[in-house]
Amino acid sequence: MLKFASLLLALSFCQGRQHHNINNDDEVVPVFQASKYSSLWPLPQKVQISEISFKLSGTSFKIVDAKESSAGSSCSILQSAYRRYYEYMFGSAKKQWGGKNRRADLTELHVWITSPDSECDAYPGVTSDESCESFYGGLETFSQLVYEDEYGAKNINSSKISDFPRFAHRGVLLDSSRHFLPIKVILANLETMAMNKINVFHWHIVDDQSFPYLSRTFPQLSQQGAYHPYTHVYTPADVKMVIEFARLRGIRVIPEFDTPGHTQSWGKGQTDLLTPCFSGSKPSGTFGPVNPILNTTYDFMTQFFKEVSTVFPDTYVHLGGDEVDFTCWKSNPDIQKFMEQQQFGEDYSKLESFYIQRLLDIVSTTQKGYLIWQEVFDNGVKLKADTLIHVWKGNQQQYQNEMANVTASGYQTLLSTPWYLNRISYGQDWQGFYKADPQDFKGTDEQKKLVIGGEACLWGEYVDATNLTPRLWPRASAVAERLWSASNVTDIDDAFNRLSLHRCRMVERGIPAEPLFSSYCPHEYKGV
Amino acid sequence: MFEVMSGRYTFPKYNLVLFFFLQLGLQSVKGVWPLPQSFTISSERYPLNPQAFYFAYGKQSAAQEGCSVLDEAFKRYFSLIFPDYISGRFYSEAIFILLYTLCLSTGLETFSQLVYQEDFGSYFVNKTEIEDFPRFQFRGILLDTSRHYLPVRAILKTLDAMAFSKFNVFHWHIVDDPSFPYQSRTFPDLSAKGAFHPMTHIYTQSDVRRVISYARMRGIRVLPEFDSPGHTQSWGKGQSDLLTPCYRGSTPSGTFGPVNPALPSTYKFMATLFKEVSSVFPDSYIHLGGDEVNFSCWKSNPDVRAFMQKMGFGTDFTKLEAYYMENIVNITTALNKTSIVWQDVFDYHERIPKDTVLHIWKGDPASYEAELSRITKAGYRVLLAAPWYINHISYGQDWRNYYTVQPLNFSGTEEQKKLVIGGEVCMWGEYVDATNLTPRLWPRASAAAERLWSDEKQTSNVDKAFPRLQDFRCKLLRRGIQAEPLFVGHCKHEYQGV
Repeated sequence: MLKFASLLLALSFCQGRQHHNINNDDEVVPVFQASKYSSLWPLPQKVQISEISFKLSGTSFKIVDAKESSAGSSCSILQSAYRRYYEYMFGSAKKQWGGKNRRADLTELHVWITSPDSECDAYPGVTSDESCESFYGGLETFSQLVYEDEYGAKNINSSKISDFPRFAHRGVLLDSSRHFLPIKVILANLETMAMNKINVFHWHIVDDQSFPYLSRTFPQLSQQGAYHPYTHVYTPADVKMVIEFARLRGIRVIPEFDTPGHTQSWGKGQTDLLTPCFSGSKPSGTFGPVNPILNTTYDFMTQFFKEVSTVFPDTYVHLGGDEVDFTCWKSNPDIQKFMEQQQFGEDYSKLESFYIQRLLDIVSTTQKGYLIWQEVFDNGVKLKADTLIHVWKGNQQQYQNEMANVTASGYQTLLSTPWYLNRISYGQDWQGFYKADPQDFKGTDEQKKLVIGGEACLWGEYVDATNLTPRLWPRASAVAERLWSASNVTDIDDAFNRLSLHRCRMVERGIPAEPLFSSYCPHEYKGV
Repeated sequence: MFEVMSGRYTFPKYNLVLFFFLQLGLQSVKGVWPLPQSFTISSERYPLNPQAFYFAYGKQSAAQEGCSVLDEAFKRYFSLIFPDYISGRFYSEAIFILLYTLCLSTGLETFSQLVYQEDFGSYFVNKTEIEDFPRFQFRGILLDTSRHYLPVRAILKTLDAMAFSKFNVFHWHIVDDPSFPYQSRTFPDLSAKGAFHPMTHIYTQSDVRRVISYARMRGIRVLPEFDSPGHTQSWGKGQSDLLTPCYRGSTPSGTFGPVNPALPSTYKFMATLFKEVSSVFPDSYIHLGGDEVNFSCWKSNPDVRAFMQKMGFGTDFTKLEAYYMENIVNITTALNKTSIVWQDVFDYHERIPKDTVLHIWKGDPASYEAELSRITKAGYRVLLAAPWYINHISYGQDWRNYYTVQPLNFSGTEEQKKLVIGGEVCMWGEYVDATNLTPRLWPRASAAAERLWSDEKQTSNVDKAFPRLQDFRCKLLRRGIQAEPLFVGHCKHEYQGV
């Protein structure tokens, strides 16, 4: 019998199926060889796999709560996870592989939650219990150990695995403003995030191009600002569904409402929110960033973020703050006057700081912590000590310096710069993502500890429902392993071998994850 | 529920209610893709009633009822023109019957793109005069089913989308080094041992027939490529002694190189295989490959070296390659097929039949233009693929590069230019399979489609093409083709899959 504890898994494993790629003398091509870690992705912290294999049968296999477990059948997240993973493991095989008379060595997986207080109905959080991480991670790992032998039967080898994530924040950013992403697409990608042990969905929900978030307090924002007021919006029920779907997979949903820049779509439904730009002495009819000099702006933000803080249960909200263009502010005579009053001189970053400062105060009253893009830190805005600084700019040297500066100032930080997955190029670019390390900068151990993780960003200029999933996976899987596995897991060939199998597993589970190189999967994508 | 049942042609009340919520914009089509040669659209519009609409053959039409390709096309295009037509749901103020003379299914495609739907759901077409014909007769797409196996469904989907962009040749790069998915009647071992999987990753004879007939119904030719003597690693698994054994010093190294040109058995095998291929694939052309032959294995093999000496080739292995290709071309010529070969064959020697078509795939604009010039000067017909290697991806709107290609911009006489029979978009398979093929191909390939179909002067402005292509991309989505976006924006009907 196997014990499946929160941190210690006693499982089993095997060499996996072997695919042999064509070994061509003439070209240097990646050659698949079975890894000793088979298809495990991301690689657990400690893995020991023996040669002893057990048979599993779909008709007799059960995932059950161990007697000693502190959480039981009343815990809905456990039960729905059991069913999901049963489907993953036996979904395709249970029909042909029936019959109770067939011998099965292993019939039960016991899940033993050791954490004294298991918050079944709570939302996953930042500090959130490691037991939660290990529960989802453990089930996923177990399912990754199950393999099909040449007769189509399911097997698992006896294995010892002890596992925990290297970083607490392992995120994927999706942008639903530049293109609207139907709920189905978001859910499918949450599903895939769970397969990769990604635990944060950073929802860049609105931006210049459209405002699909249907606000209860300000319904005109999406009414006027979405691409279409009915077909291209996220209703409160949609948002709830996304959050619940994510919760059941141990994924946090962090919404981003980026201001004061990137807000063109907000202005359509909320008059006087954006700064009117002037050409000469007359308004030009165009609008710039949020108008930071009006009290109405802050009244609006207060109400708006009050709503956001109730709709999104996560303890953090992303406030953006990136790429503020000052030209419109400069053109506006009222703003010029205000700058004079405040003695900001010609330094418009002071005005930006003024705005952000007030916004942070507003959001603080909602009891939420916040993430902000690095510019806010760069501009010297006074930040609460628990603010997370999101690094996204520059080349390798620049972002490493930034990480050093941010952590030297004592702030926690997360990295995205090397993981802009919307930027595509020909070939195996996942290797570049794989090699980047968020703790690779000059700093003390104390500074390194302030790095809470990273995020793969898929900005939406060229991405919508048609191409999002294959563009994201398995490229984001490379980031997922960097953020989960030990820092010395850097063997690119071994990674290629495991990732090839992992991508075929995603395909078998119905996810159109694109290929790494010439190869095949036993079960090709069927959703054409 | 409605108390008063609306009559068929009366205005149901719920439409009136909707009136207050929907903006009633005066809509029209943004255009047709690829752009017809001459195209005048008037503001005079006609409603189309799906219940009364039908296609009729014009009196002067050469084809009449019973022409299966057109009858099938009518059926297909009816549901493309009226995408959400459910019997009885629509009304019309007037029954309108359109008589339209169509010689080609491409005309049908143009017509279908002219029909638009208003917010109320009713369909209209504006009075339009069109005169149309393609600039190039060969407008192809290459799919590579060897580096990744493409399920038949993915191929059929691509054929659908090809017809929407008026492509007319499916170049099926069916086998290559990594795998041999074509199940041969004469040599079943080729796929039994050379495919990724002998049962699930092959194309059976009926699969191939299905692809060919599906393509035929859409006015698309299927051009098979059996590339040799290089790119044949997978062939060797099911056919012993076909490939050249490579040597390390005086002993075989255990690896194999290109097809062995020194053995008579090779040519016997090829003659039998191509006899089968020429009967399975009805098109009068066969692509024979001939690209990227690596000589190092031939050089290492003592038997090959002895053959070189016997033939008087000295140490010039291009002569050996030429010898091989000539033999293969002669085999297909004897089968009454015209050969297409990659440009390498021209580059290394020139003793190939004059009706052979050369396929240019290498280099930057300067070098492919020079190659166009050289090949046409030698009197051969030529196909251009070099600027349309669409498997190469980069960030941003790379369709603009495919659009601005000028296939006839090379130094040569008018006669030479006439030898350019068209072009081809190549989707090589290293990084592409069923998961990402469709969005990677469309609408990027559509940019090349317009270059190959339309008049270059009328379509030289890429910024003007942008909104029309965006609109066309939304049409593709509406028809269930997973075409990726060109830039930020939205379609009324977004893609509904995942």
